[in-house]
Amino acid sequence: MRLESHPIVDFERGKEVTIYFNGKPIKAYEGETVAAALYAAGVRVFSRSFRFHRPRGFFCAIGKCSQCMMEVDGVPNIRTCKVYVRDGMQIRTQNSKPDAENDALAIFDKIIDTVFPHGSHYKKFNKSRKVREFATKQMRKLAGFGNPPKSIPDIETSYEEIETDVAIIGGGPAGLSAAIHAAKYGAKVVLMDENNYLGGQLIKQTHRFFGSARHRAGTRGIRIAQILEEELRQYENVDIRKETKVFGIYGKDVAAVQKDSKLLRVKAKKIVIATGAYERTLIFENNDLPGVYGAGGVQTLMNVYGIKPGNKGLIVGSGNVGLILTYQLMQAGVDVAAIVEAMPRIGGYFVHAAKVRRLGVPIYTRHTIVKAFGEKKVEGAVIAQLDDRWQVIPGSEKEIECDFICVAVGLSPAHELLYHVNAQMKFVPELGGLVPLRTRYNETSVDGVYVAGDVAGIEEATAAIMEGRIAGIHAAITLGYGGDEAKKELEEAVKDLEDFRAGPFGERIVCGLEKCVLEKEVMI
Amino acid sequence: MKYLERGYLEADELPPFPPEERINSKKPVAYIECPQSIPCSPCYESCRFNAIEMENINDPPKVDYEKCTGCMACIRVCPGLAIFMLQVKEGRGYVTLQYEFLPWLEKGDRVRLYNRRGEEVGEGVVTWALKPERNDRTQLVTIEMDKDLIFEVRAVRKR
Ligand SMILES: Cc1cc2nc3c(=O)[nH]c(=O)nc-3n(C[C@H](O)[C@H](O)[C@H](O)COP(=O)(O)OP(=O)(O)OC[C@H]3O[C@@H](n4cnc5c(N)ncnc54)[C@H](O)[C@@H]3O)c2cc1C
Ligand code: SF4
Ligand code: SF4
Ligand code: FES
Repeated sequence: MRLESHPIVDFERGKEVTIYFNGKPIKAYEGETVAAALYAAGVRVFSRSFRFHRPRGFFCAIGKCSQCMMEVDGVPNIRTCKVYVRDGMQIRTQNSKPDAENDALAIFDKIIDTVFPHGSHYKKFNKSRKVREFATKQMRKLAGFGNPPKSIPDIETSYEEIETDVAIIGGGPAGLSAAIHAAKYGAKVVLMDENNYLGGQLIKQTHRFFGSARHRAGTRGIRIAQILEEELRQYENVDIRKETKVFGIYGKDVAAVQKDSKLLRVKAKKIVIATGAYERTLIFENNDLPGVYGAGGVQTLMNVYGIKPGNKGLIVGSGNVGLILTYQLMQAGVDVAAIVEAMPRIGGYFVHAAKVRRLGVPIYTRHTIVKAFGEKKVEGAVIAQLDDRWQVIPGSEKEIECDFICVAVGLSPAHELLYHVNAQMKFVPELGGLVPLRTRYNETSVDGVYVAGDVAGIEEATAAIMEGRIAGIHAAITLGYGGDEAKKELEEAVKDLEDFRAGPFGERIVCGLEKCVLEKEVMI
Repeated sequence: MKYLERGYLEADELPPFPPEERINSKKPVAYIECPQSIPCSPCYESCRFNAIEMENINDPPKVDYEKCTGCMACIRVCPGLAIFMLQVKEGRGYVTLQYEFLPWLEKGDRVRLYNRRGEEVGEGVVTWALKPERNDRTQLVTIEMDKDLIFEVRAVRKR
């Protein structure tokens, strides 16, 4: 299932290593995540759900959905899509006996299900508090969150305190751009990202980007990531920390763990939150079967690790992500059975749709997925037509042959850290969910805390880069760096972004942004 | 905007064809199928001859067929794969398009021809192929075909 050749990407695989999955040896390559290596070896069931012991596969592949949790070298609940393989690594599935693939407990669920139909535990044990507490405790036990670690892991730990002007969380296009522009005017910057690479979502975007040539349109996303990183590395006043996950912000102190063993405390004067977004899911029958993946999950598997997700896919959602993913699947030699879209028209750019349409992929507008079927993994799907009230038209069901389904129905801002700083938030559907109020320079209601990119509202990498530029320059200026030159560039950056959003595709964004303008004193 | 319900353009939604003399001339001419307002402009910015008109980044591009020299700068960069170079020479039609699939195409290869809806409409021969590494892995390929097909054929696959 590993791709040997690809029109756009050369997969450079590391040294061959052996990992053990439930005791069975599996070949993997250094640099691959555990989840990717298991997938390449044909493993589809990663875990079991607590109720019904239903098989679960990976979904997001970026550490945000918890579907891939396993025990790694004795430590439970590790998101296997976020840890890299090491020779001799021991991986075990949890919550199932003897293992996730053949779970004996699943048969009891069928019996339990007749006594306690789905959702009944919300009602059944509510009569007395004692009973409820007891029942909850038992259910928690049954849920199974792996076993507690048996010994203290044999690792060296350390602690480091760093003082800086600007701390940037997230090394995607937004964070990189913020870092470049703050550093350019002399601010001391610490950039942290949980991955072992920079670039965020860009590293799986093998296609050429839109926008203006000045903003690198016509250049592939993967190259844009490289270009930004090279630009950033020119500045000596930037401290880049990869494999560093920020878990909390306490006032202006950013707390993070580097490489699972080093605790960091970054005392910053300004903070830029650029944590990107989560993939959304969709409700339909059997949407939890292994083989139902987030679009980004499939992209990561295929374009970063060079692993084929399957032989034939069904894509749900015709936004740019769904359309581009379709094209990328075909480039990797994977068939796409169809794209379904509930809206009466295609959501993404017409040119992207035309690209896959002329290669023979049908696009069904006013259609939705009704269900997936299969025992332990997706073996097919049923789609159906919708009427004007978004109801399935009886008799319009059609069976689609496919072995995986990609849900490409949008993203939601990854906003947790904004609550740590107590930023004022608002639900803005046009921007993809809960977003912070912000000034025109992207400062939140909390002094010195900025947002940039998808976390501020789901948009595009080009916009993320522009927002990062604005936040980075403004942070530098307010710290006394840059002078008139910086102020001039700041105004230019704001104008550029306005022009970019001036078209019909920007209308929705502009409308959303109007709902979260923060009228606080803006200083430059 | 019916084309957004289908994913392809019908005859009445296509931009005007280049005049016959231009199509029959020594150099091919750019034909752009990009009707929607999207924030994209590398084609416009890459054209040294000002043959592409665009008021702002969201404006759909329009080609001035008199000015287009057939230099192919625009087709190299278009992220939408929406630009096609057209030409008729000695009674045969030629379409140049962007190609990003394996196996890469080479001069002399026979290919299947597809229209905008993905229907097979004939067979053609590759007469020129830019090496993928010369254009960040987007090949440009010229396909010889029946001259009536140049307004139809928008994709190819190796036989
Ligand atoms: C399939 C697809 C196609 C796309 N095509 C295009 C396109 O053609 N043109 C375009 O302009 N845009 C495109 N985009 C959108 C673009 O990729 C995103 O808008 C852009 O990446 C957002 O940038 P960001 O920096 O906000 O977030 P991200 O790129 O998501 O980066 C966020 C980073 O923060 C890290 N992070 C998150 N939380 C923490 C934490 N607590 N500690 C440390 N690090 C953390 C993440 O790991 C990640 O690296 C596409 C997106 C997808 C999914
Ligand atoms: S082919 Fe050359 S001259 Fe013609 S529109 Fe494209 S860039 Fe301009
Ligand atoms: S570069 Fe291509 S997609 Fe972009 S505006 Fe020009 S023709 Fe349209
Ligand atoms: S957390 Fe690993 S697949 Fe989502």
